[in-house]
Amino acid sequence: MAEMDTSGGGGHKKGPGVKKGKKLSTRVDLTPMVDLGFLLITFFIFTTTMSQPTAMKLILPDNKAKPEEQNKAKESGALTIMLGKDNNIFYYEGILQPNGVNFKSSNFKEIRDVIIHKKQTTDTADLVIVIKPTDESTYKNVVDILDEMSINVIKRYALVDISPDEDRLVKVSEGEPAPATPTAAPAGK
Amino acid sequence: MARPKIARKSTTVDMTAMCDVAFLLLAFFILTTKFKPSEAVPINTPNSVAAKIAPETNVVMISLNKDGKVFLSTGDSKGDKDKKQAILQSVNKTRNLGLTDAEIAALVKAPFIGVSLAQLKQQARMQTDQMTGETLPGIPAKDSTNNEMIDWMRGVADAYQGMKPNLLLKGDNVAKYPSFRNIIDAFRKNDFFKFQMVTNPESVPTGSDLYKLSVSGKREE
Repeated sequence: MAEMDTSGGGGHKKGPGVKKGKKLSTRVDLTPMVDLGFLLITFFIFTTTMSQPTAMKLILPDNKAKPEEQNKAKESGALTIMLGKDNNIFYYEGILQPNGVNFKSSNFKEIRDVIIHKKQTTDTADLVIVIKPTDESTYKNVVDILDEMSINVIKRYALVDISPDEDRLVKVSEGEPAPATPTAAPAGK
Repeated sequence: MARPKIARKSTTVDMTAMCDVAFLLLAFFILTTKFKPSEAVPINTPNSVAAKIAPETNVVMISLNKDGKVFLSTGDSKGDKDKKQAILQSVNKTRNLGLTDAEIAALVKAPFIGVSLAQLKQQARMQTDQMTGETLPGIPAKDSTNNEMIDWMRGVADAYQGMKPNLLLKGDNVAKYPSFRNIIDAFRKNDFFKFQMVTNPESVPTGSDLYKLSVSGKREE
């Protein structure tokens, strides 16, 4: 930094032959040090707020409740989502037809459109999404799909065990040769 | 007319004071930062759009690591440790484990519980630094016939009589669903219908319904 010499020229003259000692400033320029200080401060501020873990709430239904007290889901408003292995998703609307024509496959990228479409075409009071993870699905899959529920503001959804029939269907669908169902879902978001 | 003499002034600003402030703030932030304690059980939690910060008191934490091993721990505060003792005493009594007071005290000091009920005495004798997710087998919860989480959750219910514990479930991305289901079953069997899952924050996708809600300020937690 440009520091002006304010010592003001020559003072009193010393006698001839006396060498004038060069005046050295005792001041150190602190600007870089301040820069460094504030850089570190910003670093610490950012790292502290970012690592705060958040919590996602889940309320479980009481399965001891009497069946007649449980609110029955209207079949037309139901969307059942099954989570398979390797991030595969299968879903059907309403009830599963015996021949399995409404059994469709999807992945984590496309499922949001399916949910939005279902939400738009169904009466809010009837809409219920049933999530059925298979034993092959991971914890991340479950959290991701629950996250989709909050992203799309779905008020009614349930985490239910998969029925043997559906489990078999999922297994069969996954057993298909890979090119038939190009569901190579992204590993991470 | 003589021109008035302009006093020569230095253009330098004294940086010392500013430097002091900067480092004072720095020292403050360093000291107040709570560093993430090195975890004996490393867990990569999934992301979610949930914005609520995980609670820190009355915590009962269930960890589910990548191999599907289940660990139980509580918060670090004095009250939480007392509760852990109460949980252990309750489990000790209901399952007739025959743990001595010293063994219970040792288990309270342990960062987490990660063995089957029958092996608790062994864990009580272990050194703290030997307890990691690798060395301990985890609480058996893999199949529904031998789900010891039910016993533990009963202990939690006993210890927190009349109060609501903050049940936190911290699961790893690649943990399989059956372990998760058995933990939920254990919650449900003991009438815990509310729990929270620890996640990393993530931004809400633009254009989604939740995004529209949060933009209009109507988002509820």
